[in-house]
Amino acid sequence: MTVESTAARKPRRSGAKRSTTARDTKKQPAGQTELVQLLTPEGERVEHPDYAIDPTPEELRGLYRDMVLTRRFDAEATTLQRQGELGLWASLLGQEAAQIGSGRALNDADYVFPTYREHGVAWCRGVDPTNLLGMFRGVNHGGWDPNSNNFHLYTIVIGSQTLHATGYAMGVAKDGADAAVLAYFGDGASSQGDVAESFTFSAVYNAPVVFFCQNNQWAISEPTEKQTRVPLYQRAQGFGFPGVRVDGNDVLACLAVTKAALERARTGQGPMLIEAFTYRMGAHTTSDDPTRYRSPEERELWETKDPILRLRTLLTREGLADDAYFADLERESDALAKRVRDAVRAMPDPEDMAMFEHIYADGHALVDEERAQFAEYQASFVTAEEGI
Amino acid sequence: MAAEKMSLSKAINASLRTALETDPKVLIMGEDVGKLGGVFRVTDGLQKDFGEDRVIDTPLAESGIVGTAIGLALRGYRPVVEIQFDGFVFPAYDQIVTQLAKMHARSLGKVKLPVVVRIPYGGGIGAVEHHSESPEALFAHVAGLKVVSPANASDAYWMLQQAIDSDDPVIYFEPKRRYHDKSEVDTAAIPGPLHAARVVRPGADLTLAAYGPMVKVALDAAAAAAEEGKSIEVLDLRSMSPIDFDSIQRSVERTGRLVVVHEAPVFLGTGSEIAARITERCFYHLQAPVLRVGGFHSPYPPSRLEDEYLPGLDRVLDAVDRALAY
Repeated sequence: MTVESTAARKPRRSGAKRSTTARDTKKQPAGQTELVQLLTPEGERVEHPDYAIDPTPEELRGLYRDMVLTRRFDAEATTLQRQGELGLWASLLGQEAAQIGSGRALNDADYVFPTYREHGVAWCRGVDPTNLLGMFRGVNHGGWDPNSNNFHLYTIVIGSQTLHATGYAMGVAKDGADAAVLAYFGDGASSQGDVAESFTFSAVYNAPVVFFCQNNQWAISEPTEKQTRVPLYQRAQGFGFPGVRVDGNDVLACLAVTKAALERARTGQGPMLIEAFTYRMGAHTTSDDPTRYRSPEERELWETKDPILRLRTLLTREGLADDAYFADLERESDALAKRVRDAVRAMPDPEDMAMFEHIYADGHALVDEERAQFAEYQASFVTAEEGI
Repeated sequence: MAAEKMSLSKAINASLRTALETDPKVLIMGEDVGKLGGVFRVTDGLQKDFGEDRVIDTPLAESGIVGTAIGLALRGYRPVVEIQFDGFVFPAYDQIVTQLAKMHARSLGKVKLPVVVRIPYGGGIGAVEHHSESPEALFAHVAGLKVVSPANASDAYWMLQQAIDSDDPVIYFEPKRRYHDKSEVDTAAIPGPLHAARVVRPGADLTLAAYGPMVKVALDAAAAAAEEGKSIEVLDLRSMSPIDFDSIQRSVERTGRLVVVHEAPVFLGTGSEIAARITERCFYHLQAPVLRVGGFHSPYPPSRLEDEYLPGLDRVLDAVDRALAY
């Protein structure tokens, strides 16, 4: 079954009244599952019995602004890569609703473990977006203090961070803290042993962790059906906690479901898996060529579900934002793009000796020795030049 | 508590107990560490006294054990995890190498990972496959990890205390065939540095460097050689990352000869690094090439062959004779 046909046959408004917890959906054959949806691709509000939400106009505009600015930041980063300013970029294009919706569901005390594509979640956590670019420019491996924003560093090894999230959540529970942990991963990562082990540990210890799988349909060139024979959210059932599939292009549904899952975790009800059914509109990274493995029609189909467009439709139709608002936001986007561009170009290369720093907290004799030898070697050039 | 004679495994147990009493953030995690007290009973009685929240029986998932320990460390805890046997560490190797070792550097020092990974290692107990390996070089090769191995009960007690106190991840290799060897432990003593080698028998003609389970073999070899009038100095290296090259150098400058002994395969092993560095540092002091005695480039053999595979008294003495013949 192709991804397109799965999506095309999915019931939308008509089916939105049914619960999609693992308990209920086990009666449904694979591929016939439905999404939690609160905002249709046509920009219409629908209700869901389990996940009600009533955002104020200001909150709706805030979600829209987050998505627009995140998309603009992402586009600027892609451009910077094309211009040689970044070595690589992993675009989130198309996944803005999944990231902003889930990211805005967090409380300050909650902790996030991202992959390397959670630029929108980082935005929600207050991480300066320019800090996300250091690793892609090659000047560091992560340019922010994880504890300043409760947003851990990007993790490149697929799925590793789900175990860190689980361990962290075990610690949160031990501390008796009123907080939860949100762990991000992708459809490809669902095949990794670490993700399965994190499900096991979190269930066994009833850890307050929410697993947020952004199923963007493609793990580089491999479609989801190369990772799984059942809908991903159904995996949770076998581990003993609920799973739910949410329309990942619906920012309201992502917000509502993540809020509920985090609250559930905070109140001692254990882990939950959210599968945000979405689409990576661009390449896996700037090194990738999606034209080799997927059709233009597929992207065109998903463009009709664009997360930003549908919220704009709602805002416009309901009279919640006028032309002046959109024009202001456009100017703010331009300013953000310029700030990002200037920051990247001004980003200094690290000092040579930086490679010997922070390897150990308590020091290490071999590192000390090699640092001294390298410093002497570097100094020998200066001495030679001065000698001439 | 002052000086007391105890077995190496009891010393580790006492060390864990002290750590649990001293710091409420210390946790013990691993398979069967609770009611059973570990398959070697090293954690015996700890869960009973400190509860299931401090001494945690885990699912049978090594990557999960280390990965969740990383998360707990990020939250401010100091987990001491037990890997049941040497050959079982490999499912956790990814978490240890790509995450545990690198996260401090990745964060530019913003996060610390005070995680200790205890691994009973080495052969000589007649075990089945994957229960007798010595993978220390694989960990020592990775920047960000520290690797140590005690050879006696006192070091077992104190080095574990120091490993738990360290803000760096430490791989703590326990010589399982020495678990029952008893020696004096002074729990009130002030220990020496964690990564310093120690002369355990002074000598003048040749330096025999060993660590963990091989220190006893080296001492036995030195005693046997003494009967033939040879004066052998024995160094207990104690740490494989970092290696205390200064102490080895000082010894070799006195004796002029060096033989390194370990159970792990000789090829690209700890002894190879020591031979290379000591040759660089002590070229004009050396009377003979640095020789290595260890395991072969073979999977660890079935236990009926392990006496041939492991360096014993005869193979060590043969290397001593060869070095002295130059």
